[in-house]
Amino acid sequence: MPRLTLSRQSLPNQSLPHQSLPNQSLSRQALSRRSLLGAGVTLFGGAFLPSVAAAAGGQDPRFLTIILRGALDGLSAVPPIGDPDYVAMRGALALSTEGPQAVLPAGGFFAINPRLARLHALLTAGDALVVQAVATPYRERSHFDGQNLLESGLTQTGGNEGWLNRVLTATAGRPIAQGQLTQGQMTQGEAPRGLSVAPTAPLIIRGPAPVLTWAPQFTVSADADTVQRLLGLYDARDPALATALRHGARMDAEANAQPARNAGGIGAPARFAELAAFAADRMARPDGPRIAALSVDGWDTHAAQGPTTGRLGQLFGFLDEGIGALQAGLGPVWRQTSVLLVTEFGRTVRINGTAGTDHGTGTIAILLGGAVQGGRVIADWPGLAEASLFAGRDLAPTTDLRAVIKGVLADQFGLSRQMLAQTIFPGSAAVSPMAGLIKTG
Amino acid sequence: MDHAPTPFMAAHRFGFGLAGTKAPGTTGRDALHDQLAHPEWALITEPLPDGVASIRDFVRINNAFNAFRNEVARRETEGIVTPAGTPAPVSPGSPYVLLVLPELRARTARAMSGEADFLERLVVFWSNHFAVSMTKGGTLMPQIGPYERSVIRPGITGKFVDLLLAATRHPAMLLFLDNNVSVGPNSPVGLRRRRGLNENLAREILELHTLGVDGGYTQADVTAFAAALTGWTVTGYNPPPDAATPPPDPGQFIFRAQEHEPGPQTVLGRVYAEPGEDQARAILRDLARHPATARFIAGKMARHFIADVPPPGLVARMAATYLATDGDLGALARSMIDAPEAWAPPLAKLRSPYEFLIAAQRTVGVPVFRPRAYGMLANLGQQILAPASPAGFPDTSDDWMGADAIKTRADFALEFATGFNGDPAALARGVLGPALTDETLTAIRRAETGRQGLVLLLMSPEFQRR
Repeated sequence: MPRLTLSRQSLPNQSLPHQSLPNQSLSRQALSRRSLLGAGVTLFGGAFLPSVAAAAGGQDPRFLTIILRGALDGLSAVPPIGDPDYVAMRGALALSTEGPQAVLPAGGFFAINPRLARLHALLTAGDALVVQAVATPYRERSHFDGQNLLESGLTQTGGNEGWLNRVLTATAGRPIAQGQLTQGQMTQGEAPRGLSVAPTAPLIIRGPAPVLTWAPQFTVSADADTVQRLLGLYDARDPALATALRHGARMDAEANAQPARNAGGIGAPARFAELAAFAADRMARPDGPRIAALSVDGWDTHAAQGPTTGRLGQLFGFLDEGIGALQAGLGPVWRQTSVLLVTEFGRTVRINGTAGTDHGTGTIAILLGGAVQGGRVIADWPGLAEASLFAGRDLAPTTDLRAVIKGVLADQFGLSRQMLAQTIFPGSAAVSPMAGLIKTG
Repeated sequence: MDHAPTPFMAAHRFGFGLAGTKAPGTTGRDALHDQLAHPEWALITEPLPDGVASIRDFVRINNAFNAFRNEVARRETEGIVTPAGTPAPVSPGSPYVLLVLPELRARTARAMSGEADFLERLVVFWSNHFAVSMTKGGTLMPQIGPYERSVIRPGITGKFVDLLLAATRHPAMLLFLDNNVSVGPNSPVGLRRRRGLNENLAREILELHTLGVDGGYTQADVTAFAAALTGWTVTGYNPPPDAATPPPDPGQFIFRAQEHEPGPQTVLGRVYAEPGEDQARAILRDLARHPATARFIAGKMARHFIADVPPPGLVARMAATYLATDGDLGALARSMIDAPEAWAPPLAKLRSPYEFLIAAQRTVGVPVFRPRAYGMLANLGQQILAPASPAGFPDTSDDWMGADAIKTRADFALEFATGFNGDPAALARGVLGPALTDETLTAIRRAETGRQGLVLLLMSPEFQRR
């Protein structure tokens, strides 16, 4: 079956994507995609992108980022079963290619964890892709600093504003529905274009651009009159509280009164499908938010990792359920939407002493949605041989996560290279946007 | 508002608010010093099971509760109808209700009492610094309450090194950060069973408990420290004691030499050749007196109590006090409240959900923390003793300033205000004292009902911020 070579190539762009094709039954579709990529080699070499891409996603696009907090083990989600060192390095955590827990095929070299069946179906249908061996610029191993860099989009920790908020600013004035908002007007009376499905906005979407936050709740609701009186007081004394309450009250009024499920806090994995369904429902509305963020906790699998039937397998199940909820809820706007799933870093290649893995470096990013030019696993695969590992223990990162995000933002929102390199991800001029992630035409 | 310490500022910034404060003092500072001189006021004296008893109870309670649930499910599946006149099966109570709730009640009772608010705030601060979490579930759950009572409460005015050692040795911490399963790969058990290191505890001690993430340690330090910590484990674990017959005395600290990685370890450039348990103990001692630890602890405490960006001069003086007193936490707290910066306006820090709910209920005059309010804490993102990560709950205003969170606070304020028919303006004067602004007082006076006025008081900027 056709498969591109997975060795490193000496082409100018370090993050040149290689592809592996989903499986043989897809060969026709895969071949056309391959020829498309073949024709687009110069694009990978760094061709300038037009400021407004004529992409399917270019029409009133939706963009949702999901942070998988705790450092997802990319080698369990999208195992490189074709790597000669995979089984030896992973030991008891190596996934099987046969039996009841057999991996799902994704081109032969890579495979998909059997708990991620919906993701696999999207990949097969060409609406999802995976980037392997990816990492932010962060090379230490603190969750909290790693998430800070992932969310701030900076190269040093300590940022207090998120890159998704800067995207909101950069795209401000875009119509929410065609012709509904005029250029540049964004007052408190109008709906913010950003949404955070959490009681408080996470760093990634925090910043000067207004963002709605929402979380399911179950309580009596302060009445409109009381809220108005409070707003009057806050407008005079405390603008920050005024802004927060104003948006919170509006969101609350719109939300369907749903009985809350007693399944833990807002980031609890078991609640992910519920939150995903809410985010999708909002984003599908003509006047709804266009850019959103949500989080799923729990990926810090130091012990008894259980990639298929254990703890991590259960987490993948929740994640996959949420992916299904997104697809169903986005419905008519699915083809305009891209969903990015990211984590702060990966985990050690070798299993630790307790059937788990410790903090590592390279991992995966997942991109899915009708706007995504999917059907492939993109990897400049570094290999799992001892000598190839980063710091002798981690999957070596060969693709800068910012290249992936910049590629999406360039093609879906038409953000310029300069904007991406200076404003959205300051200091990232050397990291070219990855081309071809979004469907054209 | 002037900069001089006042009883209002002492209660508002360093406690849970003036409402319900038993001894506000005459200068403010005097009340805080008085509490620091009586650390025993932070202890919970009512009888509650210790960690070992708690684990044993947990196994019994959990088994009984599971049997009950299975019986209910079986009756449902088989369509068994209880004959009239016979009692339906009664729940024996879940582990949460029987073991965790009494701990939560004891904790909130200390805060609601207003007897030693500053000490209680220090308990919350240190408990969050050495965070463990019920979210990990299982047999860890019943250990969390005993951990806070037996490790944190007695340690808040002692030496940092003692608190660090006690927290690290406690089964709750060892279980929470996986050290119970970390085995030296070259130890007898490691060689025989092919098990190895788990570096979770070592990393979090360095990053979160002592040096801080910028404290200058490397991956090699983490690994070596993890090796030194092998053997620090918990009796009755692996397998955990949820079998029908628990092992004797499960859930106690034990040093298992046969799991300890042999040989010297190098951490931060120093070689530790101590045998056995003393190796990690020596490392912990050195970490506790490291200048990076002094800076990290001083900055974190000042950020918690004073301002999101605390005055650098204050932090430097507190760090110097820490080093000069070999990490005396009582002296550290005194150096903070003795500083003029500690009393400076504005009231800018948003109260955490826990602080808000305690202060609100004390203002309304509720005698005990309402059962419903535990759910409110979860809804506001601060379920007590259950932070989402080892870093504990976040600690800046922005972290709690979400739109949904503020609206939810207003909803909860309304719930608390239900049934109130007093004079909210008089209450506001008593609770907010010199901080009460004309705008807030006017808004309260113009409220349609006493209830609405109370909501405006509880949600006013000067009540929300400290």
